[in-house]
Amino acid sequence: MSNQLDLECRQLVKSFGKFTAVDNVSLEIPKGSFFSILGPSGCGKTTLLRMLAGFIEPTAGDIVIKEQSMLGVPPNKRPVNMVFQHLALFPMMNVAENIAYGLKRRKLPQAEIDKKVADVLERVSLPDAGPKDVTQLSGGQRQRIAIARSLVLEPAVLLLDEPLGALDLKLREHMKVELKQLQHEVGTTFVYITHDQSEALVMSDNVAVMNEGRFEQVGSPQDLYYNPQTAFVAGFVGDTNRWSGRVDSLDGGQALVLLDDGGVIAGISGNDRTLNVGDRVELFVRPEAITIERDSSAQTGAHLEDGQNTLSGIVENLLFDGANSRAQVRDQQTGHQVTVSLPQTGAFSDLKSGEQLRLSWGVDKARAYISQAGVGKEQAA
Amino acid sequence: MIPSLPQSKFSTRLYAAYITLFFIYLAAPLVVVGVFAFNDSLFPSMPWNGVTFDWFVGTEEPRIGIFNDGQLLESIGYSGFIAVCVTLLSVFVGTCNAFLFERHNFPGKNVLYIFALMPLVIPGVILGISILIFTNSIANGVEDSFGLDLDFLRPGLFIVIMGQFAFVTTITTLVISARLRKFDTSLEEAALNLGATKWEAVKTITLPFLKPAMIGAGIVCFLMSFENFNTTLMLVGSDSPLTITMFDRLKQGSTPALNAVSLMLMVVSGVLALISVFVQRDKKAVDDE
Amino acid sequence: MSTLQMTSGTEKSDTIPMIKLGTFLLMLPLLLWLFLLIILPHLDLLTVSLREKLGYREYAFSLQNYIEFFTEPLYWNTFVRTAVMSIVATAITLVVGFPVSYYIAKVIKGKKRNLLFMMCLIPFWVSELVRTFGWMILLRESGVISSFLQWAGLVDGPVELLYSDATLMVGLVYTSMLFMVVPLVSVLDTLDDSLIEAGYDLGGSTYSILREIVIPHAMPGIASGCIVVFMLTLGNYLTPTLLGGKDSLWFTEQIYNQFITRFNWESGSAFGFLLLFLSSVIVFVGLKLSRQTLADTVK
Repeated sequence: MSNQLDLECRQLVKSFGKFTAVDNVSLEIPKGSFFSILGPSGCGKTTLLRMLAGFIEPTAGDIVIKEQSMLGVPPNKRPVNMVFQHLALFPMMNVAENIAYGLKRRKLPQAEIDKKVADVLERVSLPDAGPKDVTQLSGGQRQRIAIARSLVLEPAVLLLDEPLGALDLKLREHMKVELKQLQHEVGTTFVYITHDQSEALVMSDNVAVMNEGRFEQVGSPQDLYYNPQTAFVAGFVGDTNRWSGRVDSLDGGQALVLLDDGGVIAGISGNDRTLNVGDRVELFVRPEAITIERDSSAQTGAHLEDGQNTLSGIVENLLFDGANSRAQVRDQQTGHQVTVSLPQTGAFSDLKSGEQLRLSWGVDKARAYISQAGVGKEQAA
Repeated sequence: MIPSLPQSKFSTRLYAAYITLFFIYLAAPLVVVGVFAFNDSLFPSMPWNGVTFDWFVGTEEPRIGIFNDGQLLESIGYSGFIAVCVTLLSVFVGTCNAFLFERHNFPGKNVLYIFALMPLVIPGVILGISILIFTNSIANGVEDSFGLDLDFLRPGLFIVIMGQFAFVTTITTLVISARLRKFDTSLEEAALNLGATKWEAVKTITLPFLKPAMIGAGIVCFLMSFENFNTTLMLVGSDSPLTITMFDRLKQGSTPALNAVSLMLMVVSGVLALISVFVQRDKKAVDDE
Repeated sequence: MSTLQMTSGTEKSDTIPMIKLGTFLLMLPLLLWLFLLIILPHLDLLTVSLREKLGYREYAFSLQNYIEFFTEPLYWNTFVRTAVMSIVATAITLVVGFPVSYYIAKVIKGKKRNLLFMMCLIPFWVSELVRTFGWMILLRESGVISSFLQWAGLVDGPVELLYSDATLMVGLVYTSMLFMVVPLVSVLDTLDDSLIEAGYDLGGSTYSILREIVIPHAMPGIASGCIVVFMLTLGNYLTPTLLGGKDSLWFTEQIYNQFITRFNWESGSAFGFLLLFLSSVIVFVGLKLSRQTLADTVK
């Protein structure tokens, strides 16, 4: 059971002329899981998805669905269905006809079609929507109809191409939960592509972070957030503060990094690569990892104090957002801006811009990644 | 200038008066044609002698109504036949062209597209004479070499259909292409993804989407063919369609029966125009979605 | 999204050298249409215009037909007159049609606007023959306007208003109006009201706003309207034949006479070719001056 794979890609490559859109991607998706591919636009995730659906033939590599190679199999013969970015509901048909479309192509008897359509409408909680026009539905309802249209064919894998992109924020939040719930109920494998990290993190069992045609890291959402393996993942998943600098000295697992803007921060290697003196590195610190205190002492740049990274700065902007409130603090000596989370206790609810704060964070909270061209390549290989 | 800006009353009124005059200018000839269809006089001119329906239903010389005028009815029949042929042909070819230009790439595409637009720039009379010369050359060539007389290539219904088809197809190509351009290709991909074959996807999704444009283009074709004069004049044989018959009578000076035909033409055109607007509106509703 | 566009962009270059069978089959109707009904007939027209009839179906290459055109003042004058009259008709159509288009696009809103626009289209749906017939009824000696003038006491006896250049203009402008109004309305529709408001707000007068904002914006529409109207007027046959004076021929009538009345296909072809040439040159110059393409114009 646990070893059964619904979908497997082996060293998949797609190039258009000189440009490689998907570069040597391998992945395995176990049965019944919710798998997301997360990446910025242009990273190759749409190309990858369209290869899975059969609209693009790979240049090299293999796609295996239910232990069968899909090379040369046209899209209409593949056991995958897709929910399109703009849903692609047929405007000339009503809801029931939309859902029945695939069943009709399979030449099922009408009675069976009717029954299956009614069942799937029930399952997406729109039992009466059948005779309605597609245009009469709300955004969320159309979403569900598009999914129902695919699910009714009982595909091995359901591909979803950023289907929430067109919805407004509030509905998107709601649909995230609903989609996850739906996937849980039907047990079909979902492959979901998105550029929105929150969608990927909230819904998925596993997420692959994609950049420039390669997978940077595949792992659970927690893994990606707390243990990013590359500078790209650290910067792309979740909010973070970033410094660049050079390793000045090493002390056990700790590296003392001389920042380009001035000051030093001690950190640890973010992945299993060993840092060496002289390496150029990118340092990342999450806003919520930083402790703040009011402080009136003389200003200091980033430095190490009692085993804690410390720096003081002036509050420049307060970004109040309820439990997710932040402050932007300017390091007066280097001009570097640092974003910190405000504690949810409300302890700093009276904070004003212009006040001086002392920021501190543990050495293990500062993650360093060697920054050199090609670091991503080594990771993926 | 626009309603949100202050404007003197005088200039607003002057503008409105101009617009009114313009629409009187537009309507006047059509109105008099219609009204004089009912004039109880042998000529479609003043004075007004009261109302009669003779020009529709009259049976005796010289007051023969259009419903009893064999020659007119026959020419309406020819016009209808020609228009139906031209419409079917040009909608078919226009649809093929739309798919070709919107969906396919091939060497020389741009050149062919320019050529496909050419018929709009060619005056109808010249299109007529060039087709007349060409069909005549072929017919003569065949006659000289094989001794066959290809009668259909001599002036007559066939080459009238060809002549009208030659320029009307540009219109259908443009109208149907414009609609196809708006088609979201992911709909076709969705159909493939749901198990349809390529042809099934086109038949069940793309063609129904194009239907309003095909009907709209078809109506325009039908009317353009029915009312065409310039090209037809050059290609017509002994079976003359309605516009040619009307033209001949007009030159000879005719009875108000001509007005009656014109009125019928206007009514039919109006109805067809309304249908095409209705179809177009239907299309808009889908687009807004 | 960007991946998608890039995909289709590069797939194009994949299929350069060969034409697929499906594409070819789809191309067949187009090729038949263009070659058999457009290209070959016009090449034949050119061939015929360049030959001289020696005897029954016996011909020789000759420039005689063109020489005849340039040496015979009647032909030459007709040609120039047709071109000049067409330009005048185009200009009048523009001047008359612009305020109407502006009114429809900018002044009036909602249902009324659609109604007015529809009314502008009506004459297009009615046969040109019927429209011209209407003008004959209005303008002839025993016509409506003549009778009205007599009734009003403005003239003593019947007046013949037909068969003059002025009448011809009225008819030509009438026939072409639609092809001017439609492109003008659609281009003026795209002019943002706030631009006019801004012009006014910055102290512009009606005249200066019109000259510096509205007309420059409408230029593409003006160009395509004028080109289409000019072409149609130049190639018109019906209106000049029925409304024009007996002694002032339109060039298309000249062609018709050569073909049908005098059965001189060679010189008729030469005339046809000259008209086609004139029309193409003026359209080409118009497109170049307004920096448009033919494809833009027909949109």
